Amino acid sequence: MIEASDVIKRYGGVDGVTALQGISLDIAEGEFISLVGPSGCGKSTFLRCLAGLEVPTSGRLLLDGASIKGPPERLGMAFQRDALLEWFDVLENVLLPADFGGYGKKKYEARARELLRMVGLDAFTSAYPQALSGGMRQRVAICRSLLLEPRLLLMDEPFGALDALTRDQINVDLRRMWSRHRMTVVFVTHSITEAVFLSSRVVVFTPRPGRIAEDIAIDLPADRKLAMRESAEFGAYTSRIRGLFEQMGLIHD
Amino acid sequence: MISVLAGAMRRIAMPLLGALIFLATWEVGVRLFQVRPILLPAPSLIAEDLIASPLWFAEQTAYTLGITLAGFGVATVFGVAFAILVVEWKILDRLLFPLFVALNSVPKVALAPLFLIWFGTGATPKIAIAFLIAVFAVVIDTALGLQSAHPDTIDLARTLRGSRLKVLLRIKLYCALPHLFAGLKVAMSLALVGAIVGEFVSSQRGLGHVILTAQGTFDTPRVFAAIVILAVLGVALIALIGVMERLALPWHHANARHAN
Repeated sequence: MIEASDVIKRYGGVDGVTALQGISLDIAEGEFISLVGPSGCGKSTFLRCLAGLEVPTSGRLLLDGASIKGPPERLGMAFQRDALLEWFDVLENVLLPADFGGYGKKKYEARARELLRMVGLDAFTSAYPQALSGGMRQRVAICRSLLLEPRLLLMDEPFGALDALTRDQINVDLRRMWSRHRMTVVFVTHSITEAVFLSSRVVVFTPRPGRIAEDIAIDLPADRKLAMRESAEFGAYTSRIRGLFEQMGLIHD
Repeated sequence: MISVLAGAMRRIAMPLLGALIFLATWEVGVRLFQVRPILLPAPSLIAEDLIASPLWFAEQTAYTLGITLAGFGVATVFGVAFAILVVEWKILDRLLFPLFVALNSVPKVALAPLFLIWFGTGATPKIAIAFLIAVFAVVIDTALGLQSAHPDTIDLARTLRGSRLKVLLRIKLYCALPHLFAGLKVAMSLALVGAIVGEFVSSQRGLGHVILTAQGTFDTPRVFAAIVILAVLGVALIALIGVMERLALPWHHANARHAN
């Protein structure tokens, strides 16, 4: 579905910053891929290139064989900050993609309510976002990104600001939604555990300028429970990724 | 519920108490030092003048209020439209904005006699002056507000492939509202200034005219009576915009309460 070959992104002129240094990565339809790496390694930049929000300086970046020029159709995106519109209630926020895309809000209202019910927010459809907790807000943002049944869902550290408990729950919710819809997900995170738990593949980035250090297929049962994180297989994946970070000199014991 | 009521009472009571202390000091001071009314009349004397002809004062006030609201209304409509044009089309920003700033730095009071030549002596030149003085605040604050949308929100709109009109109507205008209301409060007081200036230059009616003619006959209590009405009018108009703001921005209002 996505083919990236030797994607380079530089900001500024001659003595500018190189954010991405030759990223080559193929993503198949229906995969759940996590990009992990230290802060400023360019993983968010890569995501923004996929979203059509940034244009690579050089290299090829194809979606369904065509080069990405501007945000593609049927794209869902979730941001670090939930980017909810404070002046609309929860239901209006979830319906925003239908409104902006010109698909008609009425047609999608039932689906919006269904999505909100799935994440336990059906009682809050007419609340303003500022009345909600951080975890609830991020759930609304996820419902919004899923409204139009996206083929491609891009998530840029969406759960970074949540507390550990809320984060666990929302991880379970997201994993369940993905098993049901099987859209392609590219997920940027700092958390190794989160990446392994959610993904079918984890791509580890080096510090800036960002390159791919390793591409790890996660071969764990499809039906994932939180308790699985204590299993030996799970631990093997996380310690392998942590080992990579140690080799890069990012963590010291 | 009782504590809310008590809180509201305290909010109104304290400024009233301040005003009362100010008036009492004034009254006592004037009587104690036997200040001549032509220099500084006692509050009681001013009140007497107001009570003597309430209908006449009401008529003058209504005229000035009409001029102020008309100037303010035109300034709001034109100011918001101009700000949208300038923010949405960068070329218009570079073409028109420096000119607009240059025009604004001309003292508007100096233009009043010119407006008499252009528009005659009716209400039009006064509304024009009120408009001219008020419009700058509306434009500056609205333009600032339209550009205050968070970058993530703009990115979101881009990924949703929304049209520019949708982005303007659903996002930018809402971001602009809190700034717009701040600008409207300033614009309202400035429109009142403009109306009075207009009436000073040429008028048969209005509070500006009252001040000018009373000053001509050394009727200082009447000058003060008009000034008192202007002060109350100013406070009331600003308070009115405050109420409109709370009604128009329920999410913002709730937010402020949350912060407390």
